[in-house]
Amino acid sequence: MSSTFVLLGFGQQGWGYQLLLAALMTLAVSASAFATGICFGTLGAWAKLAHSALPRRLADGYTTIVRGVPDLLVIYLFYFGGSTGLSGIAHLFGLQGFYGLNGFMVGTLAVGLVSGAYETEVLRGAFSAIPPGEIEAARAVGMGGMLMLRRIIAPRVLHFALPGMGNVWQQVLKESALISVTGLVEIMRQTQIGAGSTRQPFQFYIAGFVLYLILTTVSGVLFRAAERHSARGLHRT
Amino acid sequence: MNELDFMSDTMRQLLGGLPITLQLAVISISCGIVLAVLLAALRRSCRLGEWFVRGYVFVLRGSPLLLQIFFVYYGLGQFAVVRESVLWPFLRQPWWCAILALTFNTGAYGSEIVRGGLNAVPPGAIEAARVAGMSRLTLYRRIVLPIALRYALPAYGNEMVIMVKSTSLASIVTLMEVTGIAAAIIAETYRALEVFLCAGAIYLVLNFLLTRAIAGLERWLNPHLRRVHA
Repeated sequence: MSSTFVLLGFGQQGWGYQLLLAALMTLAVSASAFATGICFGTLGAWAKLAHSALPRRLADGYTTIVRGVPDLLVIYLFYFGGSTGLSGIAHLFGLQGFYGLNGFMVGTLAVGLVSGAYETEVLRGAFSAIPPGEIEAARAVGMGGMLMLRRIIAPRVLHFALPGMGNVWQQVLKESALISVTGLVEIMRQTQIGAGSTRQPFQFYIAGFVLYLILTTVSGVLFRAAERHSARGLHRT
Repeated sequence: MNELDFMSDTMRQLLGGLPITLQLAVISISCGIVLAVLLAALRRSCRLGEWFVRGYVFVLRGSPLLLQIFFVYYGLGQFAVVRESVLWPFLRQPWWCAILALTFNTGAYGSEIVRGGLNAVPPGAIEAARVAGMSRLTLYRRIVLPIALRYALPAYGNEMVIMVKSTSLASIVTLMEVTGIAAAIIAETYRALEVFLCAGAIYLVLNFLLTRAIAGLERWLNPHLRRVHA
């Protein structure tokens, strides 16, 4: 038991420092992918709510395909396809050699693209939940499009979307483990390295469980606090 | 080799992995449903059971599936007790480990869905059944479970689609199912987009058939909601 503490602690033989860094890497790549997902999701929701058919079709295709295909395949697509594409572009400009995306970029783009499909549905639902009367009231006082977006629509969408966005964040956090296949040293990869080089996989995977559970629990608490904060002006029933 | 030949050749190789993908999905989803119902029942039975199931669901839903698969495949074999037990011939095979981890994982998500279905049964329906003099078993068989099933089915359908996609993680513990074969072909040919399209099409068709089947089941279970043709 005490040897486990030495193994996972911060001493000379301890892996605590590496595991802590790996946890920060998981947080960083998840946050980056989540932000990318919000961008894709905003575009997707805008397209799904558009009046013309073409953007609606494109957005439907995007969410159907991305939500029906394993995330691991999307990661492989960006990991291998990204280098082929980038090298091709580089050769067009006369640059020689091999160009590729690093693990962090692959993770951000792939997990961002996948979470963007879920974010699309969350944001579309939130927009539809705004009572039409609020938009009419804003029009009636003479608000222009941008002002209405900034003062009425964006805050209301964010309020309705917050619970769904919390779910997407939890999903991104867990999906970030898949980025370990690119060699990016986040929690999953670091526990694998530790397990392999010390031949004590059990302790390292338990440490991995603990780190992920801390991240998901703490972010769950934060999202619930944010929900309470965003509901502060509403009537309680 | 031209594009079309490459695509059809890739498709042929990928379909070779389909049996394993289907085995993983069908077995772990079926066992997962049983586990989910058992967990939901245990949660209702007693205080201790409730805390156990809560803890189980907390751990399994709060950590990545990949970590759970690695834990079962590499983590358990560390102990001599496990290596000398009767289970070892199973636990050292990636196929069984993947099935085990997938089942445990979907059981946790499923138990929450089943719990939601059970909670959605209107108290009036249970009271009416009691007034009619039904025994506990009949009450569950005739009233509670049929109503809960109708409520739980749409969410459980989503969970099944997620499981079909999750079987791809088995490729990381060396199982050559569709994604495993796709990764091997990509690493060999570096034609990521074409292979992605082929493998993606297989999963899309699987999930499309699955969602159609569940929608059909839903319609069959809810005859009162069907639209009447005028």
